[in-house]
Amino acid sequence: MQSDFFTLVCWGVMAAAAIAMMMRRPVHAVLVFVVSLVGLAVIYLQLRAEFVAFAQILISVGAVAILVVFTLLLTRNGGAEAELKRTAGSAIVGLAMAGLVMGCIGICVLASSAVETSGAVTPATVRQIGEALMTQYILPLEVLGLLLTAALMGAVILAMDPARRHNERKP
Amino acid sequence: MNPLTQCLLVSGALFGIGLAAILVRRNAIMALLGLELMLNAGSLNFIAFWRFRPDAEPMGGVVFVLFALAIAAAEAAVGLALIVAIYRHFHSTNLDEMDRLKG
Amino acid sequence: MQTILAVTDPEFWIVNLGAWLTGWFEPAWRPWIQALLQAAALVGGFATLFAVTTILERKGLGRIQNRPGPNRVGPFGLLQPAADGIKMLTKEDIVPARADKIVHFLAPIVMLAPVTLAFAVIPYGREMTPMPLDAGLLFFFAVGAGSELAAFMAGWSSRNKYSLLGAIRAIAQMISFELPLVLSTVAVVMMAGSLSLVEIARRQAEYVSFVPQWHILTPWGLAGFLTFFTAALAESNRSPFDLPEGESEIIGGFMTEYSGFKYAIFFMAEYFGMFAVSSLAVVLFLGAWSAPLPGLQFIPSYVWFGIKLMGLLFVFIWLRGTLPRLRADQLMSFCWKLLLPMALINIGVAAGWHYSRDWSFPAAWGCRWFLGLAGVGLPFMGLAWGLRRRRGWGPRVYRYAE
Repeated sequence: MQSDFFTLVCWGVMAAAAIAMMMRRPVHAVLVFVVSLVGLAVIYLQLRAEFVAFAQILISVGAVAILVVFTLLLTRNGGAEAELKRTAGSAIVGLAMAGLVMGCIGICVLASSAVETSGAVTPATVRQIGEALMTQYILPLEVLGLLLTAALMGAVILAMDPARRHNERKP
Repeated sequence: MNPLTQCLLVSGALFGIGLAAILVRRNAIMALLGLELMLNAGSLNFIAFWRFRPDAEPMGGVVFVLFALAIAAAEAAVGLALIVAIYRHFHSTNLDEMDRLKG
Repeated sequence: MQTILAVTDPEFWIVNLGAWLTGWFEPAWRPWIQALLQAAALVGGFATLFAVTTILERKGLGRIQNRPGPNRVGPFGLLQPAADGIKMLTKEDIVPARADKIVHFLAPIVMLAPVTLAFAVIPYGREMTPMPLDAGLLFFFAVGAGSELAAFMAGWSSRNKYSLLGAIRAIAQMISFELPLVLSTVAVVMMAGSLSLVEIARRQAEYVSFVPQWHILTPWGLAGFLTFFTAALAESNRSPFDLPEGESEIIGGFMTEYSGFKYAIFFMAEYFGMFAVSSLAVVLFLGAWSAPLPGLQFIPSYVWFGIKLMGLLFVFIWLRGTLPRLRADQLMSFCWKLLLPMALINIGVAAGWHYSRDWSFPAAWGCRWFLGLAGVGLPFMGLAWGLRRRRGWGPRVYRYAE
């Protein structure tokens, strides 16, 4: 499993993420970000978590990216005029902080004795995930349903046109 | 370098890149993309540990990542609705210009 | 997971042809060669079906509209796809000067590639699934999400008001109708107990006293099939839901600025999407490769799949020629206020069917069917009554510009 393809995909994901965050136009950034998410799904497939990989593509590419794209269309932001007033100093400080966090995480990972235990790989079949969700994790599942309903209603109300909201108050 | 360390380093790097996006970019939507990247980096961490260190709960890592994906989608939806509402008010998505609490 | 086929099975020869061809290469190359052969067979087969469907559609629409359709090229116009292909390939490729060149170039590819990927998980015959996955249905819907992004890429990169408008409508339509599409398959997954399409097909291949166990022959299966088919019509932007590409409304929608081969790829991607959801409908509801009667099983299983697929494509073409186009707001309220509640109610009715399968009093079968149809039909009538036009037919009100 530890192969060159896996290393290549890892480097591809990191490169795509870095390029996406550096792009000037938000629309290009979203498209390259989708590439990095698909690369992440390929990594999940390599780690034998197929259900999670397909769910990642369905949710991240099919929902989150489309949402971001719609917001770009609604806020007329494809041209990235909003970036011009950034000062170089704040950018350097931000990059330094992010580099510090990355360095800390890297040192912790490399210095730890995290060795993979050579046990049997538990295959995550859909049946087992379903049984786990319905028996052991039923409470988080129901709470997630409530949360998604609340998020749905909140998003609709927040993004509603204020003029239409005033019109709906009329009898 | 064993695969677990490799996955953890990739996850840490993605987390750092997401954090850099949030701190450096002044566009609200780019900051939200960075936030999504950080969430996905955490999910990669969970899957790596689920795969390479099996423990008492066989499906724990996978179920957690599924919940994290769902919550990431919900948070992206609400965040983007907020950005749309704020744009209607300030006519801009530059985070530096949103410095007044009262509209 | 694949059982051993006997020599008398017709599928044996196709599967072993592939195995014989891969045997010519070294063992290290064999998985790649097998994947290449499967991909070539799928793409070649469906591209041929695409050519056949274009001529069938034009002749079929012509006859529905009381005209002969194309009949100049070849006998009865049957070589029309060849003429169309030559025309598309030799047309000038015009890219707008202000367009975003890279995104404009990549949009047709991003539209076509995920839809072609979706063909890999469908069982075409008894042991003929190119990629038998444990979560095959989820893979199908996951790769279907890629075509929405491509619609946006096409519309936005053209720097054209009409393209952008068409892209917004297309994306809104596609993501709205994805909900009833996926939810109507939840009932099937619940009853079959698996997300694997191979398993769903296998469960429908049994016969109970000469009646095939297809899902469409149950009340929840019938309602689910109708919901799924309607949502599939909207997902592939076919009439009566073809507002995003309505020629009489916004020229070409998000495909306005594409000409020549790129337009042909969009066209092909739309038809491939049609084939993919039709194949999925055949697998989930119409029993995939199983024959209608046990006595007809001498006809090979992939032939039955092809017959059912052509039947569904005929219904697609028939609906295109018959029904008028829906307006954008009618489309949205149809999705959210009719199809989505119907898909959710269908899950309940399927559960009721499952728990009443042990009834054995004399009129049990009729009772179950009556309750199932009532459980599906009464909410449908209620929802449809709720969608009716609120405004009555009164005198026309004129609003003048002030």
